[in-house]
Amino acid sequence: MDVKKLAELGGGGGEKSLVVQRQIMLPWSDAFRISTKSVLLRLGRAGITATGIILGVAFLSYVWSDHIFSEGVEKARVQQEQSVAQAAETVRGTAGSATTEASQKQTAEQLAATAKEKAARQLWLVIMSLLVCGIGITNSMLMSVTERFQEIGTMKCLGALDSFIVRLFLIEAAVVGVLGSVAGLIVGSLFVILFYGIKYGFGVVGQVNWAQLSGYMVASVVIGAVLSLMAAIPPAIRAAQMPPAAALRSEI
Amino acid sequence: MAKYVCAECGHEVETTGLVTVCPECHADMTGVLEAASRNLRKRAADLVRDDSVTTHEYIVRTRGLTRIYKMGDVEVPALKGVDLDIRRGEYLSIMGPSGSGKSTLFNLVGGLDKPTSGSCYINETDMAQLSAQELAWQRCRTIGYIFQTFNLIPVMTALENVTLPMIFAGASSDEMLERGRMLLELVGLGGRLHHKPNELSGGQQQRVAVARSLANSPAIILADEPTGNLDLLTGKEIIDLLKELNVESGVTIISATHDLKMIDVSDRVVHIRDGAIERIERREDIELAVGIMGGQEH
Repeated sequence: MDVKKLAELGGGGGEKSLVVQRQIMLPWSDAFRISTKSVLLRLGRAGITATGIILGVAFLSYVWSDHIFSEGVEKARVQQEQSVAQAAETVRGTAGSATTEASQKQTAEQLAATAKEKAARQLWLVIMSLLVCGIGITNSMLMSVTERFQEIGTMKCLGALDSFIVRLFLIEAAVVGVLGSVAGLIVGSLFVILFYGIKYGFGVVGQVNWAQLSGYMVASVVIGAVLSLMAAIPPAIRAAQMPPAAALRSEI
Repeated sequence: MAKYVCAECGHEVETTGLVTVCPECHADMTGVLEAASRNLRKRAADLVRDDSVTTHEYIVRTRGLTRIYKMGDVEVPALKGVDLDIRRGEYLSIMGPSGSGKSTLFNLVGGLDKPTSGSCYINETDMAQLSAQELAWQRCRTIGYIFQTFNLIPVMTALENVTLPMIFAGASSDEMLERGRMLLELVGLGGRLHHKPNELSGGQQQRVAVARSLANSPAIILADEPTGNLDLLTGKEIIDLLKELNVESGVTIISATHDLKMIDVSDRVVHIRDGAIERIERREDIELAVGIMGGQEH
């Protein structure tokens, strides 16, 4: 063993470093590295947590893109009907056009009312399903905290502050949230595209308001990530409260 | 500490030999002490040096350390007023059956738990007075921990495990990698820097843990049954490694253990029973005892 090296290793190093700095730290870059690694190497557990997000966001994006696709289909239908009506009018002349217009207005109003009711019901469903998913994520993360009590305790023994542990768990939740949301988005959108494609032909994809749809896509990823973060707050706090002595227990 | 009976009043005085006046009747007890230590002159000299001379620098001192656990309405005293002084550079083993308060003492010295009463000083700083931030600093920079179950972070490589405490201490990344590599070479794992804990044997994992405990040049290494999960030979290797570190770098090693191999290398062995120090053995005494036992056996 190299004695010279050893001399600088131990024995009263405490005082020397006293002068330098008394601040324990965890830079964001390191925290991010540790958290992402933890997620990627524990895909099983992260997958369970992510399933909650995937399902929630898939449902959300399904509802939203369903709305946009049905609008697109409706628009196409209306255009078609209008052209048919115009053709009929030119044949029949202007007689009776007033009654047609009135009945058309009435059906439009009825349609709008049902659409409104449907939208409200869907909104309620979406909120409920997201809540359920959120609770699922919280539960899954609480389990993961319990599984990792020794690891958390060890980190604390190595000098981690409570806030470091919270930070690590929240970054993990955010990573899982974003990845899960993107996956959920793909699942939900694919489902809608397949559904409408098979029913009305894939030409319908061209009829869709893509600007609005991409806005919704971004929104659903953000909602998924925020949901995951919020759901991770109770488990992260619980992890932070884990006593460092937990590291010493050899068995649960 | 030894017990002496005052010749004047019959009061039993507990002293290491430094206090020579009976606290009851203030009679001079030098004669009694001398008589008691006449046959053990060398030991008496060591005893004086051992516990009470304040010119020595103590890295850990505990005074009346008490810890009571509350289980429902029942109060369970795990530690009942422990006074212990640990010298800088000492290799100290704490032995005792499970439930003796050994782990509690260990936790209190390591700043992992707070005492119900009494105090624990590390480098003359009362651990109870430290803020969370300062306590974390202490754990990070002054104390290195080694656990029975190795406790490496499973998702990190050997090198990352060793550098983790350095991240907390604020080292630059070049500095960290260089030092991490050096420490792992030191414990004989230079070729396994990028292995995950589950790719290493028990002994190798514990070596990584030893390297990690040295990450921020600690003054103390606290080892909780470091050989408890290892076979005889690997256990011996870890003990030798710790002893080598102790001798050559002067780091203080405090180790809770059941392992008799540990006694051979310890400067002192503290026996704990029912939350109190039962006795403290020094190496010389143990070697003597082992010799006698050997003589009887063969």
